[in-house]
Amino acid sequence: MGVSEPKTLFVAPLSKPDAGSVGKTGTWRHEKPVIDEEKCVKCLLCWLYCPEDTILRREDDMVYVDYDYCKGCGICAQVCPVDAIKMVPER
Amino acid sequence: MPIKLKDLPRIRYNMPGNAACPGCPETMGMRYVKMALGDNVVMVIPAGCSSVIQGINPKSGMNFPILNIVFAAAASAAAGMKAAFEELGRDDVQVVVWAGDGGTGDIGFQALSGAAERNDDIIYICVDNEAYMNTGIQRSSLTPYGAWTTTTWTGKTEHKKNIPLIMIAHDVPYVATASVGYPQDFIEKLRKAASIRGFKYVHLHAPCPVGWRFDPGLTPHVAQLAVKTGLWPLFEYERGKFRVSSFSRMYRKPEKRAPIEEYLKLQGRYKGAGPEVVKELESYVNRLWEWIELLEKSMSPSTTAKKLVSKT
Ligand SMILES: Cc1ncc(C[n+]2csc(CCOP(=O)(O)OP(=O)(O)O)c2C)c(N)n1
Ligand code: SF4
Ligand code: SF4
Ligand code: SF4
Repeated sequence: MGVSEPKTLFVAPLSKPDAGSVGKTGTWRHEKPVIDEEKCVKCLLCWLYCPEDTILRREDDMVYVDYDYCKGCGICAQVCPVDAIKMVPER
Repeated sequence: MPIKLKDLPRIRYNMPGNAACPGCPETMGMRYVKMALGDNVVMVIPAGCSSVIQGINPKSGMNFPILNIVFAAAASAAAGMKAAFEELGRDDVQVVVWAGDGGTGDIGFQALSGAAERNDDIIYICVDNEAYMNTGIQRSSLTPYGAWTTTTWTGKTEHKKNIPLIMIAHDVPYVATASVGYPQDFIEKLRKAASIRGFKYVHLHAPCPVGWRFDPGLTPHVAQLAVKTGLWPLFEYERGKFRVSSFSRMYRKPEKRAPIEEYLKLQGRYKGAGPEVVKELESYVNRLWEWIELLEKSMSPSTTAKKLVSKT
């Protein structure tokens, strides 16, 4: 039995950007933000301050929440100048 | 030019579902870096919360290229990377260091000071949550007086080290302070930094709900209060000229400042801090603004102009 050449393995620890690197973080929530579209004045402050990028903008700049990943921190509700966002307990 | 929110890019720069705690100031700040600088950015990140927020291989929670590196080498690795990009004719790429207060003020300081002295063409951002958060809230040299951490049980007995002033003393082309409470100001400063060749330093104040023990919905509010109490002044130093930024200008006058108690009472890390802590922090604020006044007087855009005129 001959001695075989040792195989050289190159392991590059490269990661690629993708949603859910630690799973669906929406399950972390105790409270969820609910937007009242009647009240919203499209100022975009909630979108600006949301740390998770889970406030999204429609074409017309009306905002909505990505509930799969929103962690329920409550920042969007705090910064809304017209109280259009309420934090509602998760059942 | 003031920034219009409508004009900022809609691209999702933070991949949702990352490992950051709810209300994290570091994810907020990273988003603004990308909003400001666009797609030709490579981040160099030493150990800290932001290396963990990226998540677990093979997915990354950040939508841009990142080199993760040891504490002691962040600024020098970035300088080397920038040189390599220049060699490839890719002058359009911004190399940005993103390091915590521990990584900046303590462990990585020699590399930072070296890169500044060599005037390497990079942007160095310190994301300052005022402690070593990733390893469980230990004090750093940037933790403020009186604050609880797991290594300062009865409150820190020393003041916050002023890295922005130390960077001004390096006389690099650009130094600025910013806050996650004022994203437009931060974005404007980053865009200005990107337009300048040489070493740029931006210090981002980043209140952390976990380490400072406050409600995660209050991150922007606490950040704004730090500015309104005068504890975190926003300013710029640009090619020898010093300027207090518009959001901080009115807090030059002590009577305009928000009471320090208002800021402390929101934060569990100051639970049990007595009036002596408030008094000590008040005298710190006064000393800080004396420094600022000194810099303003000797290096304001108008006095610098006058000096130049009298020389010729
Ligand atoms: C040389 C070295 N010492 C210690 C550590 C352990 N360590 C990893 S992250 C960290 C905390 C970093 O704190 P900071 O720079 O303030 O960033 P933050 O976690 O607050 O974002 C420490 C001490 C390390 N990785 N390398
Ligand atoms: S609760 Fe927090 S994570 Fe969820 S949308 Fe509002 S700001 Fe974003
Ligand atoms: S902060 Fe309030 S008013 Fe402004 S866009 Fe969001 S929901 Fe609408
Ligand atoms: S400890 Fe603070 S800075 Fe670190 S991930 Fe959590 S909220 Fe962000």
